[in-house]
Amino acid sequence: MNKLLLGVLAAVAPLWAETIVIQNANVMTVTQGTFKGSIVIRDGKIVEAGEKVTVPEGATRIDAANQYVIPGIIDCHSHIAIDGGVNEGSVSVSSMVNIRDVLDPEDIAIYRALAGGVTTANILHGSANPIGGCTLPIKLRWGKDAQGLIFEGATPGIKFALGENPKSAGNPQGGRGATTTVQARYPATRMGVEDVIREAFNEAKAYKAEWDEYDAKVARGETSLIPPRKDLRLEPLKEVLEGKRYVHAHCYRADEILMLLRVADDYGFKIRTLQHVLEGYKVADEIAAHGAGASTFSDWWSYKVEAFDAIPYNTAMMVKKGIVVSVNSDDAELMRHLNTEAAKAMKYGGLTENQALSLVTINPAKQLGIDNRVGSIEPGKDADLVIYDKDPMSDYAKVQKVLIDGSVYFDRDTDISQRAAKAAEKQQLIEKEKQSQPRQGGRGAGRGGQGGQAQ
Amino acid sequence: MTRKLITGLLFVCASAGAQSSPAVAIVNAKIVRVSGPALARGTVVVRNGLIEAVGENVAVPADAWVVAGEGLTVYPGLIDPLSTVGIEGAPNAAATAGRGGRGAATPATPAAPAAAPAAAVERARGPEDRPSTTSWLLAADELQPTDRRIETVRSAGYTTTATFPTRGIFAGQGSLIDLSSGEKAGDMVVVTALGQYISLSRGGGFGGGFPSALMGMIAYVRQIYLDAAHYQLVKDAYAKDPRGMERPAYDRALEGVLASKRILFPANRLVEIDRMLRFAAELKQPVVIYGGRETYRPEAVEVLKKAGAPVLVSMRWPEAPRDPNPEDTDSLRVLEQRDKAPGAPALLEKAGVHFALYTDGLEQPRDIQRAVKKAIDAGLSREDAVRALTLSPAEIYGVADRMGSIDKGKIANLLVTKGEIFDDRTSIQMIFVDGRKYTPATDSTGGGRGMTTNPPGGIQ
Repeated sequence: MNKLLLGVLAAVAPLWAETIVIQNANVMTVTQGTFKGSIVIRDGKIVEAGEKVTVPEGATRIDAANQYVIPGIIDCHSHIAIDGGVNEGSVSVSSMVNIRDVLDPEDIAIYRALAGGVTTANILHGSANPIGGCTLPIKLRWGKDAQGLIFEGATPGIKFALGENPKSAGNPQGGRGATTTVQARYPATRMGVEDVIREAFNEAKAYKAEWDEYDAKVARGETSLIPPRKDLRLEPLKEVLEGKRYVHAHCYRADEILMLLRVADDYGFKIRTLQHVLEGYKVADEIAAHGAGASTFSDWWSYKVEAFDAIPYNTAMMVKKGIVVSVNSDDAELMRHLNTEAAKAMKYGGLTENQALSLVTINPAKQLGIDNRVGSIEPGKDADLVIYDKDPMSDYAKVQKVLIDGSVYFDRDTDISQRAAKAAEKQQLIEKEKQSQPRQGGRGAGRGGQGGQAQ
Repeated sequence: MTRKLITGLLFVCASAGAQSSPAVAIVNAKIVRVSGPALARGTVVVRNGLIEAVGENVAVPADAWVVAGEGLTVYPGLIDPLSTVGIEGAPNAAATAGRGGRGAATPATPAAPAAAPAAAVERARGPEDRPSTTSWLLAADELQPTDRRIETVRSAGYTTTATFPTRGIFAGQGSLIDLSSGEKAGDMVVVTALGQYISLSRGGGFGGGFPSALMGMIAYVRQIYLDAAHYQLVKDAYAKDPRGMERPAYDRALEGVLASKRILFPANRLVEIDRMLRFAAELKQPVVIYGGRETYRPEAVEVLKKAGAPVLVSMRWPEAPRDPNPEDTDSLRVLEQRDKAPGAPALLEKAGVHFALYTDGLEQPRDIQRAVKKAIDAGLSREDAVRALTLSPAEIYGVADRMGSIDKGKIANLLVTKGEIFDDRTSIQMIFVDGRKYTPATDSTGGGRGMTTNPPGGIQ
């Protein structure tokens, strides 16, 4: 039975089955406790989860005896799947750029993250500018095109950045690994960072007023009006003021965090998440009062001067102050084991297993405003699920299968069984190339191909 | 009486222009018309730069200089649908969007500033500074008949190039030129404005600043089209009733964009093809994709077909690096690219996607012959290969009514070979451009590298 199922999985990946039942699993729902039971999936959604479920006729069964099922992991801060540079670092306000335009659905990091149990990621612009580019959450639907990755219906975001990165002279142009640098540009201090953000919102307010006036005239039935010029730089900031776009702000130090919260209050918008927020524990009350979420690293610190005051207890301390906290990766490798990143908060700060698991599931879902769709195992939610062979909070746990929208997008057995064939295919191409190479210099290139496939 | 006079006048004008009044007749040659079945034994008559007659039973005019065509084959002159020939010192057109092939994309830096447009701002602070933009340029205005590459590519059988300015993001509009030599630049121009060449790499000489990343370039292109639409709106309103209205400022960058009836977008990988097709649809612009390295992938063929967009496929097939680091092994994806890319034309043909082949900087006859042969060896029929180098490019630019095939009334751009085109042993006997006969220059390099300017990004 099991073998047959795997055969099917191997044949069509990702597999779309109308009805799937995951049976005999340790189900960690995150929001509704942990139990030994089953999950019924139909048309990409969870329809039932419990100790005893009604198994629909003709359902595909996945036997998960002695295995663990958790909701798909959500990474609130990632830079994978981006083509042609993570930063538009040439200007202090780069809100005209949009990650949506440069999604690369063939970035292998997607598959690797998927194999680490991640099903949703918030794809952010880099931190080169006080106000960076527009961002969006994606589902790691490996094999789909760029449009197929987009988390449909999710509120888009915009990246802000405070501190060293936006004020450093000569930010890397076009992201990491780039060889050219841009000239120094304003701002060069933390004061300047604040000024850039305030100036941008002054402009955005005037821009919004202009459009509001135009829209009102249109609503009154006035005709032959010329609309204001659409400005792609100010449009997203207008959306922030209207609450239609989330602000995800890169920050480290307590002082700059307070600065940003004050600026947001002054202009009447909310900071949706503080990203990294390594000194969040110092100003947790203020963060909680503002209603901002916090997305942090488990235990990275001292890698630069503004990270010297970071402590691994940050996560737990902020959780205990009532902040919605998530643990993120900001890195394609770290992204592959966010389960154990979350588990560190059990050691540092004594969170319960469920609280720790929340850091990479329901909490980031809340931060991204998609908790009605993902983040826990509940009827009605998307069937984004990860099956581990051992307790996912353990270093020894390995991802066995990952489902998104009820389709299997990663299967460990399938992956392993295909490796030999892939390696052979690769070797064959290398050999073929080697054989054709000596002829390249001489006359009559391509003679080798003539017999086999001419016309 | 009047009529006779006019005809006479026209004749004088025409002969003054083309300087070739006597007819040329190639008789008893194999004629590959492309627009119809080949004639095993036929005659082509050329006069005043045009094809006067073609067929199996065509009377040879008494004044004709006769070419004995036994053993010769006549093809329409080849058309390079994306070229920089005629603009001296211009870099080769290249599809360098994002990461193509191996390593980072190398932006095509110009070899010489000969064709450098007016200096742009030193460091663009945003779209308002119109960075890397010379959209108002017309290749026809930049032509230099002294470009030595004209003779080089003509010797490979090319009679026509769609020559584009290629520096910057909005580089300007291409023009269709006939590769005659020693004429005034204006005599070479067949069509002045073919469309806007857009690249997603910054050309040199534009200073730093915005945009620096791919997403910045895309945002910039989007903003330009929004601005152009708004500009048009304001201009129209002002033209209608200027009283009491602030005068709109003249913006040559937007004028150039508005004057372009189609855009050329770079895309090599499937991801890029999908991205740029969607983007063109969003901008509501007729698009021609150039690059097309991964058009061997069924998904790429599918999206192109769905969009109904033509694609110009680079004949600079991806190759293994010459001195690879032995420690480095290429990924399966890169190996597959190299293996399958030359097979793309055959697949595109089969799927009915409108495509044409462009030289992408290959200039030497032998390199071009080899590149086409590679596509033929990978499944493209010889007929379809000829079509992809003649009638298809003409159709893509809407000029099939005047060139691309051997038909009466079309421009007399012909290629006469001994042996079948693209064979190793085939030799080009003569080339007719606008009815003027040229003989190929000898291949000076003896094969191998033919590059005189920078190679396009990520391929070699």
